[in-house]
Amino acid sequence: MKRTNFIDNLPKVYGIYTGGFIGFIILMAIAEQMGMTAKAIGIAFVAFTVFIYALIGWLSRTAQADAYYVAGRQVPTVFNGMATAADWMSGASFVAMAGGIYFKGYGYMALLVGWTGGYVLVASLLAPYLRKFGCYTVPDFIGTRYGGNLARFSAVVVLTVASFTYVTAQINATGTIASVALDIPFQYAVYIGLISILLCSMLGGMRGVTWTQVAQYIVLIIAYLLPVFWISNKIGAGFFPHFMLADEVARIGELEAQFGFVKNSAADLATVPKGLAGITKAHSAVNATPWAFISLALAMMMGTASLPHVMMRYFTTPSVKAARKSVGWSLFFIFLLYSSAPMLATLSKLSLLDPNLSTGIIGKSITDVQAIDWYQNWNAANLMFVSDFNGNGTVELNEFFMGGKAVVLATPEIAGLPYVISGLVAAGGMAAAMSTADGLILAIANAISHDVYYKIIDPKAETAKRLVVARVLLVVIGFAGATIAAMEIQGILGSVIWAFDFAMSGLFFPLVLGVWWKRANRQGAIAGMLGGLAAGTWYLVWVRTGGSGFLGITQLTFGIFGSAVSLVAMVVVSLMTQEPDKATQKMVDEVRVPSGKTILGKQ
Amino acid sequence: MSNQEKHWEKSRGLLMITLAIWFVFSIGIFLFGAEMNEVTGPFGYPWTYWFTCQGSLGAFVILIFWFANRQEKIDEEFGFSEREDE
Repeated sequence: MKRTNFIDNLPKVYGIYTGGFIGFIILMAIAEQMGMTAKAIGIAFVAFTVFIYALIGWLSRTAQADAYYVAGRQVPTVFNGMATAADWMSGASFVAMAGGIYFKGYGYMALLVGWTGGYVLVASLLAPYLRKFGCYTVPDFIGTRYGGNLARFSAVVVLTVASFTYVTAQINATGTIASVALDIPFQYAVYIGLISILLCSMLGGMRGVTWTQVAQYIVLIIAYLLPVFWISNKIGAGFFPHFMLADEVARIGELEAQFGFVKNSAADLATVPKGLAGITKAHSAVNATPWAFISLALAMMMGTASLPHVMMRYFTTPSVKAARKSVGWSLFFIFLLYSSAPMLATLSKLSLLDPNLSTGIIGKSITDVQAIDWYQNWNAANLMFVSDFNGNGTVELNEFFMGGKAVVLATPEIAGLPYVISGLVAAGGMAAAMSTADGLILAIANAISHDVYYKIIDPKAETAKRLVVARVLLVVIGFAGATIAAMEIQGILGSVIWAFDFAMSGLFFPLVLGVWWKRANRQGAIAGMLGGLAAGTWYLVWVRTGGSGFLGITQLTFGIFGSAVSLVAMVVVSLMTQEPDKATQKMVDEVRVPSGKTILGKQ
Repeated sequence: MSNQEKHWEKSRGLLMITLAIWFVFSIGIFLFGAEMNEVTGPFGYPWTYWFTCQGSLGAFVILIFWFANRQEKIDEEFGFSEREDE
């Protein structure tokens, strides 16, 4: 009864929380006017928000399997939508996406289409049926639908490969933000980030993660939208940027034509710090072939429908009907941020390019630009650089370089917003990276504790023991991820895209056909999962080691090849072996109707 | 045909329509990206640019809610919708 009251009170609880957070922002703004330093504001923002998440994590502690694995299956649709949006939008979405659009334009925006269109597949092909199944984890569905430990274990392998690739990038992002905001070395900041992440998930499992993710969504969406609206109004671009930036987009086109895209020599480029890029592509022109655009979008869409940390969020809704609606709400909340990223890129670019604006730097003298405060700050942070290649004393379009992160992190400062906004943006980035990392670590730990330990190794284990194993795994996987993140092997965005490709290679067709093709059997599913994962991995390694690739499939879209192999292997092997027994076919029939008990609830 | 088979046939029909609309907004229009970008679209943005920023994204949101409502109707029609107390 107590829990029911809590659910009923959710709008009130989060309403007060949102009000409190806005109050905190105003308090910081006043403190800034009274002379609080930029550094203290940054620390206050990150520390205050992380403390709130940890508090929610502690309040959500539980000793019940249902609460730990699926938040008691009572998360209302809208709140689950917010939690999924936070789960989904990673540090990369928050910090790097606007930057990618800023530099690469149309070709990059395939990711916007891909990372939203995938939810149509989630809603129509999978989420409601997996919810009806009543599983705790994605491999739980594979294991029960196809039967046998090998099928279950193969699913755990694919899940672990995909999610682990993803999670190192997220821990890396929390480390980067913590290191900037708290001014400590990255190697230590990574572990501070990790401890913050574990505080949210360890005691309450899925329940704790759900309620912290809702809180994190509120922080990250305010932190993203406030600067976009503020800058747009400040430079007079329009009161509601999403509907009013057409003139600005056209103006950037004019300026690009006026300045021209001059190609820098290799010797000149060698003097530019690593990781920084100049503007080399038109802002709103179509600069990619249809297939380059579509293949990237398609890979991201199928990957979305195969990533277990997203799918398992729909296991927490009270009903099948609620699961479907909840996917819609998730996408709505994601849409709010994704549709703002191109607007931020536009405003940022215009602020820097337009000579008519006081913030414009192209065409100004090099020494003037080098004397600007914000230039010096971001140059020191290795995110901004100008150089007079042609020796004419003024900054040209091809002589200005910026890091991808700077578009989100530095634009408020460039546009002359108070520092409190930069502190808010740091808190938002931290929220985005933490929420995704939590979802991913939990997905891996739950799959290993539930599917490998409980279902395969020790089916008689008591609940208390299972939850201890789950928590120990959570910590172990978190530390493994942080250790790899601290080595800084891959960039943030590249490894995120790979995770999608791995997931779609191994899981897309085994999941979809499990519901939509009764004839699919165990042998076929195992062939599909392992064959797809192996083929995708082989293609990635081949292209990375100098292979030419085929059909225009790159290292960012290798999942298209992997999933094609997976589909063929699954269909051929299924047809060559015996059809599933009557009980399995009946089970598929039951999955297809929402009414009645869940499949696993009956056993 | 049993009640359940009819329900599934109709659900499958809805899936096909949903996927067809999804295909148009995620793949179809980008086959003609370069041509379409020459034309001025909603709010004055070039068409293709607008679709990648807002149009397709918004269409997906609406599509999912539309799909969810239609599927609920189908479930009710054949008596397969969940009871609230379950």
